Amino acid sequence: MIRTRAVVAAVAAAILSGTAALSAEGGPVPHREKWTFSGLFGTFDQAQLQRGFQVYREVCSSCHSLHYVRFRNLAEEGGPDFSVGQVKALAAEYKVKDGPNDAGDMFERPGRPADKFPSPFPNDQAAAAANGGKAPPDLSLMAKARTFARGGLWFITDWLPFVGYTEQGPDYIHALLNGYEEAPKGVEVPAGGHYNTYYPGHIIAMPKPLSDGQVTYAKGADGQPVVPETVDQYSRDITAFLMWTAEPHMLARKELGLRAIIFLLVLAGLLYYVKKKIWSDVGGETHGLQPELHKTH
Amino acid sequence: MSAHATTYVPKSALAKWFEARLPIVGLVHSSFIAFPVPRNLNYFWTFGAILIVMLASQIVTGVWLAMHYQPSATEAFNSVEHIMRDVNYGWLLRYMHANGASMFFIAVYVHMFRNLYYGSYKAPREVLYILGVIIYLLMMATAFLGYTLPWGQMSFWGATVITNILAAIPVVGDTIQSLLWGGYSVGNPTINRFFSLHYLLPFMIAGVVVLHVWALHVTGQNNPTGIPIKTGKDAVPFTPYATIKDVFAVVVFFAFFAYWIFLQPNYLGHADNYIPANPGVTPAHIVPEWYFLPFYAILRAVPDKLGGVVLMFGAVIILALAPWLDTSRVRSANYRPIYRQFFWAFIFCCFLLGWLGSKPPEGGYVLASRIATFYYFAHFLLVMPLVGLFETPKPLPGSILESVTGPGKQVSGSGLPAGAAAAPQTKG
Repeated sequence: MIRTRAVVAAVAAAILSGTAALSAEGGPVPHREKWTFSGLFGTFDQAQLQRGFQVYREVCSSCHSLHYVRFRNLAEEGGPDFSVGQVKALAAEYKVKDGPNDAGDMFERPGRPADKFPSPFPNDQAAAAANGGKAPPDLSLMAKARTFARGGLWFITDWLPFVGYTEQGPDYIHALLNGYEEAPKGVEVPAGGHYNTYYPGHIIAMPKPLSDGQVTYAKGADGQPVVPETVDQYSRDITAFLMWTAEPHMLARKELGLRAIIFLLVLAGLLYYVKKKIWSDVGGETHGLQPELHKTH
Repeated sequence: MSAHATTYVPKSALAKWFEARLPIVGLVHSSFIAFPVPRNLNYFWTFGAILIVMLASQIVTGVWLAMHYQPSATEAFNSVEHIMRDVNYGWLLRYMHANGASMFFIAVYVHMFRNLYYGSYKAPREVLYILGVIIYLLMMATAFLGYTLPWGQMSFWGATVITNILAAIPVVGDTIQSLLWGGYSVGNPTINRFFSLHYLLPFMIAGVVVLHVWALHVTGQNNPTGIPIKTGKDAVPFTPYATIKDVFAVVVFFAFFAYWIFLQPNYLGHADNYIPANPGVTPAHIVPEWYFLPFYAILRAVPDKLGGVVLMFGAVIILALAPWLDTSRVRSANYRPIYRQFFWAFIFCCFLLGWLGSKPPEGGYVLASRIATFYYFAHFLLVMPLVGLFETPKPLPGSILESVTGPGKQVSGSGLPAGAAAAPQTKG
């Protein structure tokens, strides 16, 4: 026992010193935001997704592809919920490369709802060449492909309903888009780089993409903007949109999930009483197996 | 196979005809209906059934996913996204399969810790136990291969790290590495053969599971007292008693499983694996799935590459030696006051190693990993042999029945009322 305690104490001391060593190098952690899609009952806000799509289309899409999203997805349930007509008209605004045709030529045609969003560059190499050597990443999965370490032992409770926290990806994107600052004294920003508080290593190739008033949102019935046209609001809207592109079936998943869990819990409850009833005759000593059965083993 | 002597009596002429030619109904009857189950089993004994259901679930969802998946370096990632977006309920299949792997490991770890606590590995269950260790090894290989298939960053770099450490094995290491790679680095041939092997191994697991269940039905189940069934009164027939208990436990476990599938489907994975594999960019921290973290910590605790590989595999292999390392004649830790405390220290050590495996290998983490690795092996090589020699176990109950009804009641081995016992067997 004394040995066990000594080992435990040594291990605990080692962990504490290790944690201290690690926390010294950590940068600022993105702020925890409120999202309509978080939690067991969270859903996407259609108006927000539509605004986010507008931000993608007017700002991000000049450099970033949205390779896994098709126009028709924009009309699907649980998403931005554009009408089929709107999506047809939208797709037709894009030129899509198709072919080869019967003559063996590639040709351009207007987009159709079944097409993927055309990428701004023909290939990764062209994207890298036009952007200082590094291709801007595809945004389809961005909200699931980024995260940050929360540190500590939060992982023990972060998966739980109501008290958990699993929106690190969206929070990181929101923080990054708001994280452009003057480099602190002593930090040298190389040519083609930009200082961002939340980017790992702080030097990011992407210049500050959003500024206040850059995107004009549709006005409300009274002629006033429904939401402020600020970087903070734009970044919330684009983040929500990217969460949807990363997880387009989230609403169907949560709805089916809650039904499945309730069904399983009710079934478990019934089975518990069946089990209790069956086992109720295994009380006293009179119960047991037949001796001849026992002999076979 | 005297173990399959059965109380099954075919009733119809057809059943008699069939039983005389292939006594498989009798085999199933003796294994899953009449099989005597200790009456004092707790819910830790339901995890065997849970594991069988999880294996079936993984095979069914896996076969379905394979209908849509493309094992190629250029198309794997795209085909997974195709499953997630365009295949009907593809997201459900994939999340069931990916989280199913984690649930499988949660269940197997509970099963293994239960085994270690109640001393189920001891005679006469050594072969049963070693078959379990083999299943665990096959599970680890299958899970590792499966994690590479989405061909994200963590898939690619995990495959690179693990195949590189295999090269440290003397003499055959390079050959093994080339065979796994199918080239000079992890690439298209690698994902093709990994997919092939990932499809093969679960059926090998299923085969060893048959042996595992067979061995179980020769020796019978251990139980919380660790003492064997002495009379019929110590046991109940498998059906309906164990059957209904297992079904209940499986449904509860599936409610837990469903929470992960539907409401937290990406928590147990890594964000990096939603970035397509890129051989030119290394992720900041290459970390395996949570169920491998203790072994990853052991691997990195050793400064020498070969030494790390030896200890990592040794950490699994040493499990198979437990029946001979443990010198105690008492099975269950319920009656071993000193060993019981060491058992919980060992559990703590395993969790600690898991946590350390998720941390970067620097500073205090390395030192802590070394201490925890030492303790992990010390549990098997020092604690198990020595505690068994010096410990005074608590008195064992006279029988399983006595442990349930309390001491004082005399139980005779012969006086079984036939009527009371006959009823359950005719059910089912």
